[in-house]
Amino acid sequence: MPLFLSSSSVLFIFWLILSGHYTPFLLVIGIISCVFIVILVVKMEILDDEALPIKFLFSAIKYWPWLFGQIIQSALNVAKIIINPNLPITPTMIKIKPLQETDVGVVTFANSITLTPGTISVEIDNDNILVHAITRDNAFDLEQGVMNEKCKRFEGKKNNV
Amino acid sequence: MDIFINFISWFLLVGGAFFCVIGSIGLLRMPDAFTRLHAASIIDTLGFLMVMLGLIIQTGLTLTTLRLLIVVFLIFFTSPVAGHALANAMKHRNVKPVLHEDKWLNKLKSE
Repeated sequence: MPLFLSSSSVLFIFWLILSGHYTPFLLVIGIISCVFIVILVVKMEILDDEALPIKFLFSAIKYWPWLFGQIIQSALNVAKIIINPNLPITPTMIKIKPLQETDVGVVTFANSITLTPGTISVEIDNDNILVHAITRDNAFDLEQGVMNEKCKRFEGKKNNV
Repeated sequence: MDIFINFISWFLLVGGAFFCVIGSIGLLRMPDAFTRLHAASIIDTLGFLMVMLGLIIQTGLTLTTLRLLIVVFLIFFTSPVAGHALANAMKHRNVKPVLHEDKWLNKLKSE
């Protein structure tokens, strides 16, 4: 029931942002459609803890600014490589072992790797992420494991999740 | 004050456009599909982010700002998934990446 209420209210806030018309008739119709959608989702049995990741909000507030800084830094590096007439690339494939325990943690780590220009996560098998990096330095930086540690802290303790 | 805000937002808009152009140039210059993905990821991170920030400053504090923020979040969650799907598909189709040990790359550079 708390999950039902919180997901309908998040949906309704989303509706309020997108709508922009605040007459009583339209508001009531908005509430009815939000509740109707959540009832449908419950009937489909896809409403679980993963559907509404509120518990990651605080760690996300800590993690995202760091990730943004990292993205801007490496985007500038790749831009420099592109402008350079010699095209100084040394493409490298490496395997990285993720430290995270939960699925959400591993997905966050793999998505952060892909979002940062210069590194792309190609494949995830049982306990390794195959990463393609545009220069050897990028691969070494990733191997140092700073981002890995930060994602580990992002996912929090396992019994919370 | 108006001029100041306009200056910052136009700086961000033009800077974002500049990085989109750089990403496109990289897309053409890179030797193989994997490295081209790296060049493309500049466009949907730094280029996109700067254009969106410029637009947010241009609109000021209205409902449109919140809508633009929703677009930013949407792109930042979906674009890595698309990039990963593309790389994974290439891996499964046995597209061989050009690695730095390869002679082909060195030949390409010396030309």
